[in-house]
Amino acid sequence: MQLRPIIAALGRHKVATALIVLQVALTLAVASNALFIVATRIVHLSRPTGTDEARIFVIRNGWRLGQNAAQIDANIRADLDTLRHVTGVRDAFSSQGFPLAGYNAKIITRLKLEPDQKTRAQLVTFFASDEHTIDTLGISLVAGRNFRPDEITAIGPNDKLSPPGIIVTRSLADKLFPDGSALGKTVYLPDGPTAIIGILAGLQGPLKESKSLDGYTVLVPTHYLDPAGVVYLVRTDSAAMKPVIAATLKALQERGAARIIDPKDGVVSMAQVRERAYAEDRSVALLMSILSGLLLLATAGGIVGLSSFWVSQRRRQIGIRRSLGATTGDILRYFHAENFLIVSGGIVLGALLAFLANLGLMHVYELPRMPLYAPLLGALLLWLLGQLAVRGPARYAAKVPPVVAIRTE
Amino acid sequence: MWGYYIALALRSSARSKALTALVIVLLGFGVSACMVSYAVFRATTSDPLPGKSSRLYVPLIDNVGSSYNDQGEPIETLSYIDAMALWRARKASRLTLLYATTWQVESDNPLIPAMSLGGDAVTADFFSMFDVPFRFGGGWTADDDAQHATVAVISRHLNETLFAGQNSVGREIRLDGQLFRIGGVLEDWNPRPRFFDAGSHGTVYAFDDAGDIYIPFTRATDMKKDSTFVYCPTASRQSDTSHWGAYLHSECDRIDAWVELATPADADRYREYLRYYAAEQQRLGRFSWEPNIRLRNLTDWLAYLQVTPRASSLSMLVSASFLLIVLVNVVGLMLARFMRRAPEIGIRRALGASRATIYRQFLIEAATMGFVGGLLGVVLTLLGVWGAGGLFAPNIARLVHADTSLIALTVLLAIAATVVSALYPTWRAAQTQPAWQIKITG
Repeated sequence: MQLRPIIAALGRHKVATALIVLQVALTLAVASNALFIVATRIVHLSRPTGTDEARIFVIRNGWRLGQNAAQIDANIRADLDTLRHVTGVRDAFSSQGFPLAGYNAKIITRLKLEPDQKTRAQLVTFFASDEHTIDTLGISLVAGRNFRPDEITAIGPNDKLSPPGIIVTRSLADKLFPDGSALGKTVYLPDGPTAIIGILAGLQGPLKESKSLDGYTVLVPTHYLDPAGVVYLVRTDSAAMKPVIAATLKALQERGAARIIDPKDGVVSMAQVRERAYAEDRSVALLMSILSGLLLLATAGGIVGLSSFWVSQRRRQIGIRRSLGATTGDILRYFHAENFLIVSGGIVLGALLAFLANLGLMHVYELPRMPLYAPLLGALLLWLLGQLAVRGPARYAAKVPPVVAIRTE
Repeated sequence: MWGYYIALALRSSARSKALTALVIVLLGFGVSACMVSYAVFRATTSDPLPGKSSRLYVPLIDNVGSSYNDQGEPIETLSYIDAMALWRARKASRLTLLYATTWQVESDNPLIPAMSLGGDAVTADFFSMFDVPFRFGGGWTADDDAQHATVAVISRHLNETLFAGQNSVGREIRLDGQLFRIGGVLEDWNPRPRFFDAGSHGTVYAFDDAGDIYIPFTRATDMKKDSTFVYCPTASRQSDTSHWGAYLHSECDRIDAWVELATPADADRYREYLRYYAAEQQRLGRFSWEPNIRLRNLTDWLAYLQVTPRASSLSMLVSASFLLIVLVNVVGLMLARFMRRAPEIGIRRALGASRATIYRQFLIEAATMGFVGGLLGVVLTLLGVWGAGGLFAPNIARLVHADTSLIALTVLLAIAATVVSALYPTWRAAQTQPAWQIKITG
């Protein structure tokens, strides 16, 4: 197959060739960036929280006003006892937050390695927990031990947070002590020293935006006595949660206590929490996929249209080639090779544009750098698309009979 | 003549059905993708207070220093100390301090269960600064602020729930167990974005509905109401705040402040004042860093917070690129379409048609195709807006709507885009030499 005549022929259609090259280039630039965004969003939204999400639900329980800390403490203890005895409930604990719940002021604290450390303290999120937390969340310890019942304290929003021991995630332990010696070490909460008594395999905190902070989670052995309300996390035996939710609500109601549970979103399953937390990521991924799909289709349509036009313009030349001995295979190959050349030109230009666009997006949307495979995959896709699109017009061209050469139209 | 050209356009379209259909479908999809994205984009970037946004400013004062601020930028809310200092200084024509909080609302009517509702603690100027519309009554006065009055303004929605929509001004409502006199009932008021407490609320809640209850800032502080969102430089705020008084005077940032400044010169003066204030705090030893202050107007503030959701701006960007690619495509297809008609053009030119006539004919033909593509675009746009709930997050999707301006814009965009992409093909068509064409096909 000789490329010289193809290039010579393209030289006679400079504008049309340039248009397809430009189109392929723009398509590659936009589609590879869009699909890269889709990939990052999907990776982001499918991160596991580390918990047994399918069997966990959350009760946002508000307290009626006028109850003092002792009453709230008694309420929480009695509520937990009630919850753990509902049929279908495996375990439960109380906290001030839950995974993927989003930012609020009560879930952030800082850890220091030295009491008088001058550098920035490590930002972490924490959950008020007790000895049932690990079982309720369905997470596991990789080192150390669980809390003992006698270690669980009760603190209000204005009390000092200084437990004797805390449990941290492995990612946080490795961040604080890169040599892997975190277990048993003393670290400093803002209110005082504490020891790392256990290390979890993984547990996502309430945040969902940053890669690192999301996994820096600390369990603090305490019941959090917030007069505004408390969060109960409940793990069920089976994934059919509806009847269990109804039963727990009924049990809480029968137990009494001046509580407010919003009828609309007082109870949410972890699945719902995840859906709400990642709604925007899902939306971005979906939109970008749809637009990329349309983009590729449009480009394919354009290639079909212009190739057909070229074929119809060159019927005479094709006829002459055929009468001079070219087989239908030769004609087919000619058009496929021509398309390959044009698309390749577009891909070279497009890869350049794609990286430029990525630089811009990195600046505006804090996107990571696009890995090389994204435009490579896009290029492969476009080559394939081009060959598929030109198939119809090329076959049509191959059917041109040699007799056209001597026929005047 | 127009009618004749349109008829010609339709006739030539009938001759090359596939090519015409391709152009129209491409245009329809390109334009509608753009318009659906635009419908979302305009809903999420609209100015919440048109005409006023350049006069409302957010002052920020860095009270935590470089180890706790946001990479050199001051935290997006003020500490109570700084907020009160600005309030007392009275250097702006109007100023409001506010923070979001939640209330337990109880009604005397036993049929209505206790509710936990959100709202803001605000100062008197809030209502006039933000043009808040009232259905009954009104806001409160600076005197009420000074006297820590137990007065409340409630939303129309809460008024429906508690008082069946009657004029409830002068009646009472129990918030966190305290009786408040209702001073006013709002009309439906849902500024998009919810800009006034976006500094503390953050962008996640920027498109949520406004709250139901507004009470004086001073009274809320008396009641020890904390704000929903707090940033304390020393982690959990317990460390330096064992009780409410200490907490108030800690360096915890939690208050949104707004000032109204009529002219840019006023803004410069206010900026100068903020710098002076921060310098004084430095002299007093409270800040161990140079004055680090900001004063941004509403528009710049929303841009700084990046309130516009990523889904919205990204889809606008990508669908605009999609339209561009479609247009490149249409240029090629139009070129093919017009070149195929070279014999026809040759004959028309030979029979005395001027170049201008050829231009007119082909641009009208392009406009006609653009119009048809626009009609398809309208259908697809309506479909897209209708399906926005499946494409965008729920709090964004509900803001999206189609109106006559969107539909008109769709058609106009389609026509304009097609005419622009037909310019080069038309120019090529007009270059056709009459004699040459007749000879070669003869």
